[in-house]
Amino acid sequence: MTKRLLALTVNGRMREDAVAANLLLLDYLRGTAGLTGTKQGCDGGECGACTVLIDGQPRLACITLAAACEGRVVETIESLAIEGRMSRLQQAFHEKLGTQCGFCTPGMIMAAEALLRRNPRPTDADIREALSGNLCRCTGYVKIIESVQAAAGG
Amino acid sequence: MERMPQFDLRRPASIAEAAALLAAEPGARLLAGGTDLLPTMRRGIERPPVLVDLGAVRDFSRIDFADAGLALGAGVTLSQLAMDGRIVHHHRAIAEAARSVAGPGHRSAATIGGNLCLDTRCVFYNQSEWWRATNHYCLKLGGDVCHVAPQGSHCHAAFCGDLAPALLVLGASIELCARRGARVIPLSDLYRDDGVAHLALEPDEVLVRVLVPARSPALVSGYRKARARGAIDFPLAGVACALVARDGVLAELKVALTGTNSRPILLAGTEALVGRGIDEATLSALGKLVQKQASPMRTTVTQSNYRRQVAAALAQRLVRELAGYEPSAARASMS
Repeated sequence: MTKRLLALTVNGRMREDAVAANLLLLDYLRGTAGLTGTKQGCDGGECGACTVLIDGQPRLACITLAAACEGRVVETIESLAIEGRMSRLQQAFHEKLGTQCGFCTPGMIMAAEALLRRNPRPTDADIREALSGNLCRCTGYVKIIESVQAAAGG
Repeated sequence: MERMPQFDLRRPASIAEAAALLAAEPGARLLAGGTDLLPTMRRGIERPPVLVDLGAVRDFSRIDFADAGLALGAGVTLSQLAMDGRIVHHHRAIAEAARSVAGPGHRSAATIGGNLCLDTRCVFYNQSEWWRATNHYCLKLGGDVCHVAPQGSHCHAAFCGDLAPALLVLGASIELCARRGARVIPLSDLYRDDGVAHLALEPDEVLVRVLVPARSPALVSGYRKARARGAIDFPLAGVACALVARDGVLAELKVALTGTNSRPILLAGTEALVGRGIDEATLSALGKLVQKQASPMRTTVTQSNYRRQVAAALAQRLVRELAGYEPSAARASMS
């Protein structure tokens, strides 16, 4: 199959890669860009583990074509820590035990990151709605919500 | 899920180019948000040789408010609809329907055009290739028996888009563009009562815009849905209402349903309720209208009769909320 040149920004850096038309953004990030922080969960758009930001909006990398991200700005969990220092949101997940097994955490944090950029002082209902597309099989939702509240200063 | 099959991807810069590509490539499919089409392709249900990605089309996601009404580009995302303060204020049913779809990660990709053109769904259809093969496929795809109603010759897959009923009660029309030109049709004319081919679109037609007429200031609207899971789930039944209530009397009433039939339906007979007081007798008559016209079949694991009853209950509850009719005695009798 012919490949096309994909130019986009990933975590602040311009990239150009030759990608197949049917390459999913999830496989592009994990396989081509080597950014394995984004997780493959249900792989069908139902669990939110692969949530990344595209142009600042939460999106599911497992149901997004890489080629459709031409010219877009993609941010993954790897973009949050700066020089090894966790972001406020990451730190809050660490301190409030919002991370249990850790598999859903990158998706949870990116979904919460999108919320906090849009709404720095979310209510409990705002947080629940923003995370409503993210499943945690450890079922630790209370700690996850507390983590986002803590990051928001609540 | 299965691997994504191979296809050619085209990224036209205009609608005219997209329509030309559809005409030139038999079997080509339009790709907008892809939240439904891409999983369906991975299940082997859709196998288009060409995808025409509308993501690069200019002005495809514009929202225009004017005195004559609201014009929504077909590429407007559901999160745009849910968060636009003007839509929340003037056309609440649209914002509520958009907000009820799936999760935030879907809504920021999924579009109004995609939601209106959503494929019909069935528990015997939205399955993996091996599941469907083991079941000898079905009338909608690859087989000759509808497992929902094996004696009949009709596919009963249900239309489950949330936006269509909201737009139907607001009297929306849609603009379609093909190579030979554009046409505007009432939204209700987009749909046919056929689970296999529920969209009355020409092969090269592209849904370009949704046009919602200006509302009268007294009109209020809303959307409610019942679903198995509180997020990321299609409606077992969804109900939109638009009404005008004056001094406790219905001056206008429109109700539309989704999730219950192979097409979204604008409830017939609501004009008979106009002029009546908003009381238990009127709500009971409304419930009977819904139960008569909703025809859910066993396309979900939830029983059809529950979906029929919940559709009626949602319609009654929504009319009560919108009209501000909340006597405690009525609440007790409805529970």
